[in-house]
Amino acid sequence: MHSDVVILAAAFGYLALLFVVAAWGDRRAEAGRSVIGSPTVYALSIAVYCTAWTFYGSVGRASTQGPHFLLIYLGPTLAMLTAPFVIRKMVRIAARQRITSIADFISARYGKSAGLGAMVAFMALISSTPYIALQLKAITVSHAVLVNYPQPADIALEEAHFWIDKSFWVALVLAVFIILFGTRHLDASERHEGMVAAIALESLVKLMAFLAVGVFVVFVMFNGPADLLGQVARTPELSHVLSLEQVPGGATGWVGMLVLAVLAFLTLPRQFQVLVVENVDENHINRASWLFPLYLLLINLFVIPIALAGLLLGGANADPDSFVLTLPLSAGAEALPLFVFIGGLSAATGMMIVETIALSTMVSNQLVMPLLLRLNLLHLSGKGELAAWLLGIRRVAIVLILLLGYGYHALIGDTYSLVTIGLVSFVGAAQFAPAMLIGLYWRGATRTGALLGLSAGFCIWAYTLLIPGFAQSGWLDAALIEQGPWGIGWLNPYALFGLVGWDIYTHSLLWSLLANIGLLVGVSLFTRPTALEQTQAALFTEALHPNLPSASLWHGKTTQGELDELVNRYLGAAATRRVFALSSEQFSKQSSKQSSEQASERQFAANQPASHQLITRAEQALAGSLGNASARVLINSVVRGEALDLESILSILDTTSQALEYNRRLEQKSAELERASEALRRANERLRELDRLKDEFVAMVSHELRTPLTSIRAFAEILHADDTLDADKRRHFLSVIVHESQRLSRLIEEILDLARLESGRLPLNPERLDLAVLARQSVDAVAQLQHDRGITLDVELTATPAMIVGDVDRLEQVIINLLDNAGKFADHAAPRVLLRLERHKDHFRLSVEDNGPGIGAAERERVFEKFHQLPQQESAKGRPQGSGLGLSISRGIIAHLGGRLWVDNAQRLSGACLTLELPEAAENEASRK
Amino acid sequence: MTLPPHSRLHSREKERLIALIITAVVLFSPPLLLVVDRMPSATGVWLVVYLFSAWASVIGLAAWLMETRETPHKAGR
Repeated sequence: MHSDVVILAAAFGYLALLFVVAAWGDRRAEAGRSVIGSPTVYALSIAVYCTAWTFYGSVGRASTQGPHFLLIYLGPTLAMLTAPFVIRKMVRIAARQRITSIADFISARYGKSAGLGAMVAFMALISSTPYIALQLKAITVSHAVLVNYPQPADIALEEAHFWIDKSFWVALVLAVFIILFGTRHLDASERHEGMVAAIALESLVKLMAFLAVGVFVVFVMFNGPADLLGQVARTPELSHVLSLEQVPGGATGWVGMLVLAVLAFLTLPRQFQVLVVENVDENHINRASWLFPLYLLLINLFVIPIALAGLLLGGANADPDSFVLTLPLSAGAEALPLFVFIGGLSAATGMMIVETIALSTMVSNQLVMPLLLRLNLLHLSGKGELAAWLLGIRRVAIVLILLLGYGYHALIGDTYSLVTIGLVSFVGAAQFAPAMLIGLYWRGATRTGALLGLSAGFCIWAYTLLIPGFAQSGWLDAALIEQGPWGIGWLNPYALFGLVGWDIYTHSLLWSLLANIGLLVGVSLFTRPTALEQTQAALFTEALHPNLPSASLWHGKTTQGELDELVNRYLGAAATRRVFALSSEQFSKQSSKQSSEQASERQFAANQPASHQLITRAEQALAGSLGNASARVLINSVVRGEALDLESILSILDTTSQALEYNRRLEQKSAELERASEALRRANERLRELDRLKDEFVAMVSHELRTPLTSIRAFAEILHADDTLDADKRRHFLSVIVHESQRLSRLIEEILDLARLESGRLPLNPERLDLAVLARQSVDAVAQLQHDRGITLDVELTATPAMIVGDVDRLEQVIINLLDNAGKFADHAAPRVLLRLERHKDHFRLSVEDNGPGIGAAERERVFEKFHQLPQQESAKGRPQGSGLGLSISRGIIAHLGGRLWVDNAQRLSGACLTLELPEAAENEASRK
Repeated sequence: MTLPPHSRLHSREKERLIALIITAVVLFSPPLLLVVDRMPSATGVWLVVYLFSAWASVIGLAAWLMETRETPHKAGR
């Protein structure tokens, strides 16, 4: 039980603190040292999304509808993920066109239409009323709970007359507070830095309060989450509280609510205010796109534990919406309930402040001002009287908006829970989404389409959600929702056209958006936009285009004097100076001159025609205070022959986008070309290399062929010319000729082999054979020759039999070649050659070693090149014996047989070691044989 | 209007962000939720645990994506 005095002191103390923070923020902003120039403050200010509905209502909803409440926060998470695309674009547009509210935004998009702006403002007003009522209800109920505990709080709401109803006084107190808070400024521009600072603080306070109560419930009232869950598990009736069955409308309801939350997050007037209008730096969006979802996650972290705890501890007779307060109260905590109350107050006042400021701006700029201008009721003499008018209108609007909220609360508040009221507003605000989002991306959307789409969507929303609310509260006949109007079943507002089984919000969202989008797109396709509409459409849809002109260009004519007078009359001298100071250097230089001189020059300048840039800037300045539609009307009143030049903007855009496109294609082409030329260059290099190799090969071959040919020819010529040679000499010469011819044909045979190997046409007859037997045959074949040369030939066959698959003749050729080579390179004093055959895993290795000088590491691969000759030893009679093709061919043959041939270190002897490796033949082939 | 370079997303980052958005939509949509909801448990707490952990992962990935800016690829040109 808390005394009223303590609670009121705390509440007013807190409001005073907010006021001080706001004043401090404004003063800092005026001094040019903004306190809100940080992405964190931006993210916190967006958290105005979490109202009393979140603070009290989430727990209430979690205890009746399970995880459904999370959708209201998952939706904004998704929406914020798209912020770098969508919200950045909106912020860019709003900054360029000095947008003041969502109504102004939609009105500006569709040709600065006053009618559309007024309609959106009106719709926003109607659809926000339930939401404001919700906040009033939350404050009143939470206060009553705090004062009356442990008695039920409901009695406080059943007062007969409004002047004893506490919510009425709450509304009035808040109205005064918001007037002091939001409209203190005489400078009625679209930004409220102080307010944003205070809202950010409020967001911190409500988060702290909610986390505090969560920690208290989970760790003080229970022994941590495990204890809580354990107790829940022992209570069978709670086992289904958190399942999907509890979600109204099932899977459809889930999806519908997710879509609704995404759209409403972008279109609720207060969200548009903090997200777009109050954004000071586009770069803040990137961080806020994850920081704000994180805030939502944190503030929802303890919702379910609190709901479960409330249900466990005899929540049957208490209102789940008040669990956040009643739980700490029931545990006897003193200070915590008060802190929670302040947190709830933060949530509620934050929403009401931003919402009423946004709405009052819309009311003054989109509803009242255009009317005053049109009816010529505004009598201004200059000296910034407009600001006073605007502030006056806004103050009245604030009081009326809050009273409207109170009225709704008094009539309907008791029949709906907090969340239910909030969702009615959500669906209403979602109606702005098609006009706003489609208009942001589709140039073809027209004003007529938007107007009809919005009206249809709004009417269906009112019919399916707002009016049934009146019926539920007993204001209208309940038969409306039970049997439909006049008993016509298919007109039943909760089951339109017989669509039953859906939850009322998804049902309403479906029909209203269907009509809204359908009309917007359908009508747009068959209407012709005006020139101004086309220009604005281009400026909106191409907002992120790098070459976009910053604003529409005026081609009308007026004098600087007339423009000066207009701006001066509406915005006052200071704003006029700002507009004109930037206009020309002429003017900025003047400020330092004498006042008389200044006056005369000003007189002179007044007759000069105003530049297009100046007219545009004047319009923007007016738009920042009055909204786009009114600013346009005012500028039109002094600019003659106006007409915005759509063609020029579109042509700038088209030519730049075409140029960009060409540029991109050119870049692509040149990259492709570069790649192609690189490939060509590489192919060319390869070809040259091959050509060089071929030339070398031809030179080598010719050289190799010429040498024996030369000696054959020489000896043949001798024999031919000289008949006197004796028989011995003749026989010797003939034997040389025979020998050299053999050499020649061997060489040609080898070259042919090589050519076949390289083209893959070498005929091989693979068969199963014993490599050991083959090795012995080869050794026998060369044994005599080796013996003649004095070579000691040792054979070590450790693996017998060594079954492999190979071509007998070719393998023998290889082995003989290896033995022959080894013999040539062996030490000439005491030449030794060793042939070894051993098993290595599932391969057989045959190696031939010699005791020669060996082969250096650098030469080891080169010996396999064609015509590569190692420097021969002196013993070998001058020129090399082989063709230099032997090893090359051997390696080719072994590779064709699936093996390898390489140079290794000799293991037993000191010289080179050539090793060939062939895989063991498979067993099944053995069985086949 | 020229902006500081870090305010614009590079095309690869845009693609990643779009992929993340699609992932988030899939994670929070009924087919997956129905699967999780049918997992047996005494308290029916799985769905909530799943939702919160999916949510936290999405936020974590978004933070990673937004806070680690790749330097623009110039070598490729």
